[in-house]
Amino acid sequence: MAGLELLSDQGYRVDGRRAGELRKIQARMGVFAQADGSAYIEQGNTKALAVVYGPHEMRGSRSRALPDRALVNCQYSMATFSTGERKRRPHGDRKACEMGLQLRQTFEAAILTQLYPRSQIDIYVQVLQADGGNYAACVNAATLAVLDAGIPMRDFVCACSAGFVDGTALADLSHVEEAAGGPQVALALLPASGQLALLEMDARLHEDHLQQVLEAASQAARDVHALLDRVVRQHVREAALLLGD
Amino acid sequence: MASVALSEAEKVYIVHGVQEDLRVDGRGCEDYRCAEVETDVVSNTSGSARVKLGHTDILVGVKAEMGTPKLERPDEGYLEFFVDCSANATPEFEGRGGDDLGTEIANALYRIFNNRGSIDLTSLCISPREHCWILYVDVLLLECGGNLFDAISIAVKAALFNTSIPKVRVLEDEEGSKDIELSDDPYDCIRLNVENVPCIITLSKIGYRHVVDATLQEEACSLASLLVSVTSKGVLTCLRKVGKGSLDPESIFEMMETGKRVGKVLHASLQTILQKEENLGPKRQKVGFLG
Repeated sequence: MAGLELLSDQGYRVDGRRAGELRKIQARMGVFAQADGSAYIEQGNTKALAVVYGPHEMRGSRSRALPDRALVNCQYSMATFSTGERKRRPHGDRKACEMGLQLRQTFEAAILTQLYPRSQIDIYVQVLQADGGNYAACVNAATLAVLDAGIPMRDFVCACSAGFVDGTALADLSHVEEAAGGPQVALALLPASGQLALLEMDARLHEDHLQQVLEAASQAARDVHALLDRVVRQHVREAALLLGD
Repeated sequence: MASVALSEAEKVYIVHGVQEDLRVDGRGCEDYRCAEVETDVVSNTSGSARVKLGHTDILVGVKAEMGTPKLERPDEGYLEFFVDCSANATPEFEGRGGDDLGTEIANALYRIFNNRGSIDLTSLCISPREHCWILYVDVLLLECGGNLFDAISIAVKAALFNTSIPKVRVLEDEEGSKDIELSDDPYDCIRLNVENVPCIITLSKIGYRHVVDATLQEEACSLASLLVSVTSKGVLTCLRKVGKGSLDPESIFEMMETGKRVGKVLHASLQTILQKEENLGPKRQKVGFLG
């Protein structure tokens, strides 16, 4: 991490945030008309779109159908122009496959899949601009999209990343902070129960610090929840007005 | 592509309407739907644009990268096209499902845009035979509600208009080795001249008449359509018949005339919108997908 000071002595980060501060989050539900559910989120300069189709009949081979619950099918892709250096393929690479799998695990834990046996729910996320915290932005967008599709869930799924620099845990890492190569925790939280739907840590971190980093990430995820909740309520209010109850 | 299943009665309704010059959404045969165009939506590209035409939603990002010119054209840069039919548009595009359509559109774009007539490719050359700018034009299909080609061509033109390429200088020292120097000022950049960049107009034959800007339902009623690419002066640069039906030669000439007429109007209104947005400068409130 030579050359770049991620946390100044005064406690400010490279982009001027405090250690536990999130980037600006803006979101919108119901972006597209043709999909069953869709949402768009901006977390700082990271922008992601999520679209949900389903629950519908199994597509392709019926042998994949599960007799007792719905199959959650996820695809993660990044627009070729989303990163600093141009990507050659939007999806299908190893990273995208792994992200798709993680999303699937996250949402299988949250969606009440047992209500829709032998059917399929498709969640497609697309990163339009990548600036750190891609996984978190995708999970948050997908949560809103699933809600928009009206699929019952146990709870919101709110994700956030956290890092650790000079004895301080940093919430919601930006690309610069991710690229510096410190330890990084990605976490998806079900805020009402406080359960973790996904937890992943890269690089090495002393066990004594783990508690602190987890605490920072969960707090950030709870902050995200408050914001998403506001977006959902606003959306429902607008939809109710349009219906003219 | 998102498929629509139309019953026989629905088809008859659409076809009869078109014959009376009144379409399902109230338009005439030569009317476009309301299009929304916004440029500079993705900040880590050299230029970007989003176009929403009815339910069709297209995002285009242009990235300029340095590379070596092609052997047969040593003093020109070139454009690379890539079309990603994302699963956002329809679940059928998941995995490799959208590749066929993507390649088809990308090939059409190569034929229409990648020639000296549309863009001054020599301005993309840095030093002949050694360095040039390659413009990667990446099209992302987000939602598909008919008339893909037109919407994509409008988005590509808008994104190329928005593209700014940093100015570079080639310095040569005594030993003949060359060095490339990038300007310090981020606003010191080349803008492309898009005056001659054509737009595609798709004319779909429905019954005895043809319509522009067909919706998915209308596309389902049309057996064949004609793609024409028209420049702002009304010059026709490319022509292609698509679809499973056939067209008689007489109607092709009629369609070409309509294409030219509609194309000129389309270019004029696109140019005014782009210029207006450009004049707002960096103070413009970006809407993107939040609006």
